[in-house]
Amino acid sequence: MKSFDRSDGKLVLAHILFAFAALLIGGLAGMLQGAVRGGTLTLPANIGYYELLTAHGVLMGLIFTTYFIIGFLYSGVSHTLGGKLLPAVKKLGWIGYIVMSVGTIIGVIVILLGKASVLYTFYAPMKASPWFYIALALVVIGSWLSGFGIFYQYWKWKKTNSGKLSPLFGYMSVVTMLLWQIATIGVAVEVVVQLIPWSFGWVEQVNVVLSRTLFWYFGHPLVYFWLLPAYICWYVVIPKIIGGRIFSDSLARLSFMLFLLFSIPVGFHHQLMEPGISSFWKFLQVVLTFMVIVPSLMTAFSMFATFELNGRAKGTKGLFGWVKVLPWKDVRFFAPFMGMLIFIPAGAGGIINASNQMNAVVHNTLWVTGHFHLTVATSVALTFFGITYWLIPTVMGRVLTPRMNRLGIIQTILWCIGMFFMSGSMHTVGLLGSPRRTAYTTYNDHPDAILWMPYHVAMAIGGFILLAAVLLIVYNVIALMRAPKGETEYPIGEVSDASEPTPRFLERWGMWIGIAVALILFAYTIPLIDMLNTTVTSPGYVTW
Amino acid sequence: MHLHRLEKIWLSIGIGMLAVFLIVIGTMAFSMGIKPPSEHHHTIDPTKVSETAPFDQPGLRQTGDNRYEAVMVAYAFGFEPEKMEVPVGATIDFTVTSSDVVHGFYVVGTNINLMVVPGEISHLSHTFDKPGEYLILCNEYCGTGHEYMATTIVVK
Amino acid sequence: MHKKDEPSLKGTFVSVLLLGAFILVSWLGIFFLFMARN
Repeated sequence: MKSFDRSDGKLVLAHILFAFAALLIGGLAGMLQGAVRGGTLTLPANIGYYELLTAHGVLMGLIFTTYFIIGFLYSGVSHTLGGKLLPAVKKLGWIGYIVMSVGTIIGVIVILLGKASVLYTFYAPMKASPWFYIALALVVIGSWLSGFGIFYQYWKWKKTNSGKLSPLFGYMSVVTMLLWQIATIGVAVEVVVQLIPWSFGWVEQVNVVLSRTLFWYFGHPLVYFWLLPAYICWYVVIPKIIGGRIFSDSLARLSFMLFLLFSIPVGFHHQLMEPGISSFWKFLQVVLTFMVIVPSLMTAFSMFATFELNGRAKGTKGLFGWVKVLPWKDVRFFAPFMGMLIFIPAGAGGIINASNQMNAVVHNTLWVTGHFHLTVATSVALTFFGITYWLIPTVMGRVLTPRMNRLGIIQTILWCIGMFFMSGSMHTVGLLGSPRRTAYTTYNDHPDAILWMPYHVAMAIGGFILLAAVLLIVYNVIALMRAPKGETEYPIGEVSDASEPTPRFLERWGMWIGIAVALILFAYTIPLIDMLNTTVTSPGYVTW
Repeated sequence: MHLHRLEKIWLSIGIGMLAVFLIVIGTMAFSMGIKPPSEHHHTIDPTKVSETAPFDQPGLRQTGDNRYEAVMVAYAFGFEPEKMEVPVGATIDFTVTSSDVVHGFYVVGTNINLMVVPGEISHLSHTFDKPGEYLILCNEYCGTGHEYMATTIVVK
Repeated sequence: MHKKDEPSLKGTFVSVLLLGAFILVSWLGIFFLFMARN
């Protein structure tokens, strides 16, 4: 067994630890928010609810995720694409890390100083301090550099191994960072071209509809940037952990290419209730959104197939005999599996959200908050936690102990219980009308709002349980770093013998990128031209 | 590329179901007029809302037999006019804009759920078949007083 | 043309059908809620 390159390991670990630091602070904020809405806590005068909410969104949805993803991807790229990062790639990784971290620190300071209580969507014409937008730009630019590193390592591997099929982890990493690269162009234009000059006062007005459109052009693929690394774990790592095989290499790659194609030209489904976009283009992007559901339907089949074939190879019989031979007591399987299971209600909720006029039932209610606490905060987060239990030992030359594994199982269960209370209540009270992103209120004791309170209390309870679960994962991370020394193999699955050879068209990057760009142009050109011709601009406001 | 027979069947069922969803919502949207709000695109100078008709005179006006127009302005942190009242069965055509930041306009218990964007005018019509005191609240974060931004509409 | 025996994936098929049913039921639930409120 080749041990993980120590120097690469430092880069990976730096990302993972920063991610969990963000999770800790973000988790604390989240618990406080739940307590406030549940009526159990009044914040001291110098901390605003919306300040906390901004910090929570940014730290959880942008920092925890991006850092973990880059760290995880770099680890797999190092291991599968040559066994060691090229010097240029390692440099890009570190520079990216530093640039992102400078941005994060500036951003968090500005938020906690109360100069950027605009939430993590920072909708204009609410105008934050220019340093908030600069901080965000630095995080994005840093991530681009990290992405370039992955592209370069992959490209070099292709050149040295010409004619060979690229390793699945490396291939999927490139798709993920490519998706990110294309998606972030939207938010980069919004932030650099529109918001920074405007918040500095060099430009008086901002085009609000355009800024929202650029944000959501980014905002939807953002969630696939979160999801795809979890899918990498499910497709590539989990088969190894359960002692099985990857069901189909080609279908796995195809699903990723479909994500590249269909997760970007769909931003309007976050803008369905807005003026300024015609119902034709809204519906068109809804149709494209429904197409991005297909690779997830394929993934569900692949996952179950992997489990079933694993079971049958080990002699199980019947429809569900394969359940018995899965390593339920192994947190490296159990945590990602819970992520998979919870993706069922998570994805179902997403389909509802995107259903054109049906969005009116749920838009800006706590249902939406419930939805993304299932998707990113459970499916993706639990998968990331599950990865951590082998990733830290692998890169540090240590081993996972039975005690740590047990704590991991407990942490996973605690997370699921907390999320059941919190997200379950959010979905329900959202359907009853309770709005998201809103501090404690009873709207003058209106009967509808009084009806919501028990659910808000359940959310607060869920929030407390989740904070305990956050503290436990942070403890586990620290304990993993001090685990006994030893060698942990990087778990990469092998493809099943029954899987057909992978067709080469799946590696025709130019073609796939071309189709992705064509779809984006198709979905956005006419609405954007219309926006630029007909919409008006607005001055900025500081309403907090 | 080879797909297992059962995967082909699954994907056909899955895609078929999604197609049915799309046909249902598409037909409702384009044949029955049940579509997302603000179909007609009108703009306004967001700094001159109080000087621009019809928002220079926000309010509830009867426009026909059990038909009303509600011309409303959302601002940080309230709605103008407040506390409207209509008889049961009334249809209200809402026309709403913002004089400052983005707000939400949500009538709890109904499908009236609009984004109110400065520079744009939001439209939606709704028939109030059930009596009650409906809570209208802002469901898009707009600043410190966001959680107080609400009014009511009484349907008698 | 050599035809390989396909492995049994009946359990997989049933599982994804259950998943599909969940999607269908939840979508219909919100659809009817939307229609009721319209």
